[in-house]
Amino acid sequence: METVHDIPARAPWSGIIRKGQTLRIEDTYGQQAIDTLFYNAIDHAERYSSQDTLRAQGAAYVTTGTAIMSNLGRVMLRVTADSAGRHDTSAGCCSCESNTVRFGHDTRFQHACRENFIVELARHGMTKRDIVPNLNFFMNVPISPNGAMTVDDGISSPGDHLELVAEMDVLCVISNCPQINNPCNGFDPTPCRVIIRG
Amino acid sequence: MHIHRTPDQIAADRQRYLDFQRAGMEAKTLPQPSPRPAPEASNARLTETVPGGWYTTLHLKAGELLRLVPGGASTVSLAAWALPDTTERLCLPDTVKLQWTTDLTKGRVIFSDMGRVMLSLVEDSSGAHDVLTGGSTPETVADYTGDARRNTRDNMLLAAAKLGLDRRDIPAVLNLFAPVRVDAEGRFTWRPAMLAAGDWVDLRAEMDLCLALSNCRHPLDPDASEVPPDLSVICLPARPIAADDLCRTATAEARRGFENNARLQGAF
Repeated sequence: METVHDIPARAPWSGIIRKGQTLRIEDTYGQQAIDTLFYNAIDHAERYSSQDTLRAQGAAYVTTGTAIMSNLGRVMLRVTADSAGRHDTSAGCCSCESNTVRFGHDTRFQHACRENFIVELARHGMTKRDIVPNLNFFMNVPISPNGAMTVDDGISSPGDHLELVAEMDVLCVISNCPQINNPCNGFDPTPCRVIIRG
Repeated sequence: MHIHRTPDQIAADRQRYLDFQRAGMEAKTLPQPSPRPAPEASNARLTETVPGGWYTTLHLKAGELLRLVPGGASTVSLAAWALPDTTERLCLPDTVKLQWTTDLTKGRVIFSDMGRVMLSLVEDSSGAHDVLTGGSTPETVADYTGDARRNTRDNMLLAAAKLGLDRRDIPAVLNLFAPVRVDAEGRFTWRPAMLAAGDWVDLRAEMDLCLALSNCRHPLDPDASEVPPDLSVICLPARPIAADDLCRTATAEARRGFENNARLQGAF
């Protein structure tokens, strides 16, 4: 069985991926950051942990082979394919509030990933307090040995994809990033596609 | 579906970003580390000794200082929430993204998820802190002991519970005195030479806060099997803040963050 979900530019989405199913995320146009959160589908207090994921992997980026870990130290999904190379989980999602600090107070009233997450999480009975540091699929955030960190131009091409196999029933929540102040999506938000198989 | 932006709009946004990036990454030169050891604290309103493996919770008023002095090789994991609204909390992704660096050293600030400054790193002898890899867990402790002794994940759950919070409220934690760095291949390395006997930090509360602290060895610490030493926690009263205060003026991002603090708190 296969379900296809097209997510418009700047929009949120959520869906359940059952244990054993494959989640395929496609960067349809290329250079689009896809901000993603995972929750245990039956216990939302168990959720994605960037710190556990990075530590378990021993490296600062997500790619094929990465175990997506929960805050309880359990594997939620495993990345089984990745045509882009690496993905960020250190820089979090954009928000109206962080935009003011980063890009000036005149950017406060721009739609942001955290707005998407709040609206989508509310559909599942969750609130702002349930937003944790997220995955940014296809987002290019190199961290230098001297600590320097910057959001660089995306390295994904049209049609780049990654696949994750669920090891528990998970709720996936996506914000198809609307940010237009940094190059995470080429300053030009585009649609993306999610396919659930199995 | 695709909201078209013109090449001119994109070019203008790119130039603006490059200007912010250049300014942010060439921020005012930060000062030398604070000298060791920490000065005598004669006017503390609270002093506490946290045994190795344990945790504590405390409240700070805006302006008060939190001095942390580990007794030797250990890591202090920290979580913080704003009062009275604890849905506002430590946000490490914003802290590093907004300051264009994962290295928190003297002169840097720590942001909440609401674009406000929670804490300022006003004194810091080591600069050896970790925002990326989190604290110990029952599994990482059991890896070397065969026994899930006290660990930071459970300590944070206990601390949160005693503040009236739960698992959902625990943010990604800041690890102080944890010399984790990323090498050219993106792998984590542990650099013990960054730490020395007598290391300490002073964190200034920039809003009313509650905090959780966990005193455990870091899971990437190769000597993690040793029992952690005691941690000294000292709360010092607020002092006048100079107009040219380092943490408030070091970067444009910090200045805008403090403007957000002022917007909700009134003038500071």
